[in-house]
Amino acid sequence: MPTAFALRQFEFWLINYRRTWKGSIYSGVLSPVLYLGALGLGLGQLVDKHGTTSLGGVSYLAFIAPGVLAAAAMQLGMEEASWPVLGSVKWLKTYQAAAATPMRPADLFHGHLLFTTLRLLMTSTVFLIVMALFGAIQSPWAIASLPVAILTGLAFSAPIEAWAVTRNKDGSFAVIFRFLIIPLFLFSGTFFPVSQLPAVIRPIAYLTPLWHGVALCRELSLGTAQPGSVAEHLGYLLAVIAIGIVAGNQTYRRRLYA
Amino acid sequence: MTLVNGDPQVAAPDLDVLVRATGLTKKFGKFVAVDGVDFSLNRGEVFGILGPNGAGKSSTMRMIGCVSPASGGKLTIFGQDPGRDGPAIRARIGVVPQEDTLDTELTVLENLLIYGRYFGLPRDVIKERSAKLLDFVQLADRAADRVDPLSGGMKRRLTIARSLISDPELLLLDEPTTGLDPQARHVVWDRLYRLKQQGVTLVLTTHYMDEAEQLCDRLVVMDRGKIAAEGSPRELIERYSTSEVLELRFALADEEQAVEKLADVPVARMEPLADRVLLYTDDGDETLATVRARGLEPVTSLVRRSTLEDVFLRLTGRRLED
Repeated sequence: MPTAFALRQFEFWLINYRRTWKGSIYSGVLSPVLYLGALGLGLGQLVDKHGTTSLGGVSYLAFIAPGVLAAAAMQLGMEEASWPVLGSVKWLKTYQAAAATPMRPADLFHGHLLFTTLRLLMTSTVFLIVMALFGAIQSPWAIASLPVAILTGLAFSAPIEAWAVTRNKDGSFAVIFRFLIIPLFLFSGTFFPVSQLPAVIRPIAYLTPLWHGVALCRELSLGTAQPGSVAEHLGYLLAVIAIGIVAGNQTYRRRLYA
Repeated sequence: MTLVNGDPQVAAPDLDVLVRATGLTKKFGKFVAVDGVDFSLNRGEVFGILGPNGAGKSSTMRMIGCVSPASGGKLTIFGQDPGRDGPAIRARIGVVPQEDTLDTELTVLENLLIYGRYFGLPRDVIKERSAKLLDFVQLADRAADRVDPLSGGMKRRLTIARSLISDPELLLLDEPTTGLDPQARHVVWDRLYRLKQQGVTLVLTTHYMDEAEQLCDRLVVMDRGKIAAEGSPRELIERYSTSEVLELRFALADEEQAVEKLADVPVARMEPLADRVLLYTDDGDETLATVRARGLEPVTSLVRRSTLEDVFLRLTGRRLED
């Protein structure tokens, strides 16, 4: 649970965000418009002509929109957990400055996760609004995909941040992006059902937090969610977040208390 | 020693001893950075840790600052245990780290605001203190500017202001003037001297002997993780050096021969360095006359007072700033 100390670190990120929030709003609107426009409407027209029974009989736009919502949350979670953390611990050393005050390493970690949560909330809300404007939502349950998208982002942010704070260079972030985030983006059921993948690869997709986030956002947006699958997906995401937090409490402490 | 509640086992904590270290040790793997040091620090004094790079100064400071657990020995700060009471101890300490850790993307005021919030200070208190502190470190006109373009000396002064935002009882300064040009160093010294006058307890590490001599009431000389000597600058100089030092430079070709001839000049100690010879004596001019009487003609000669540099040389056989 975040403490009052973690809120102080959250406040730091807010003060810091004052410089960049405008730009982040523009990209927060632009990104869903581009994805839903190009893929949902553009590519979607072609897909819909050939029949969408394998998509569950819904339009391609309605199929991919909740998937891209979850995938965008993953990307933001990764971004927020990488460079800003390395900047704080290595380039500016503001984490070391904070560690000299009453703040504890875990407070710095939790404060940043709170800020990541806020950013996920903002961009996912914008995304859902754009989805609604595109007519890509089929059920009022879609509103519940907002917390699910946030959890999806945190399921990446918490463990990646736990690892990022141990780094001294940013080279490995590009590797993570290229070999983890982009493949997940493409193969976790975002753009086509995982059932289309070869049987050997499918279990890998089911192991990734993104697949669970995509699946649950989609079920909610299409109105097909069942209590059993909701519990399964939520449980998986929460477990990954919990593991990330426990690991991060350790790695933050080890890095700042040498 | 006063007793509490008549219990002879429990001594009242001595309120004037802020830091007490006994056998304090810090190891990084097999490397022993701090090797069983003992010292105590009293309220209101300026305590220096003098030593060359790698002597264990910063490691000691980080342990006092409760951001580095000791590997052995005992350390109490304000009578409390850093392992258990870290946040409570740090709430009463101000830290000026060796490297600047300012947020260079933010403004001067924002840096102070964030730091004050870390101590849980209300915004109006931070605002009021920031104005006073920026006056104190002569940065009032830069309050709204970003930190990035400030000079090294200004950043150092801002770091000092930041460390004072919580009105600390104890201020830790790790090499506060390293990397600054002479003029900027003097401005920092002047500000630290004023803090000393105000009764703030300071601990500072340095490898500049003039810094230690000017500011410290008491200091320890550290070398290779151990404390080599302790005392006031004056005491240390009296104990480990003579009142004057005669520095002689010879032409390169003559140097070896000169050192041989100097061997029987009556001085307390002779120290041949790479570029000059130091003769420790109580009367430099008289010794210089003796040297000349032996037919030696140095290229340059200088009589000066002994400094902590001489103490360090005597204690370790090495120079401080090498």
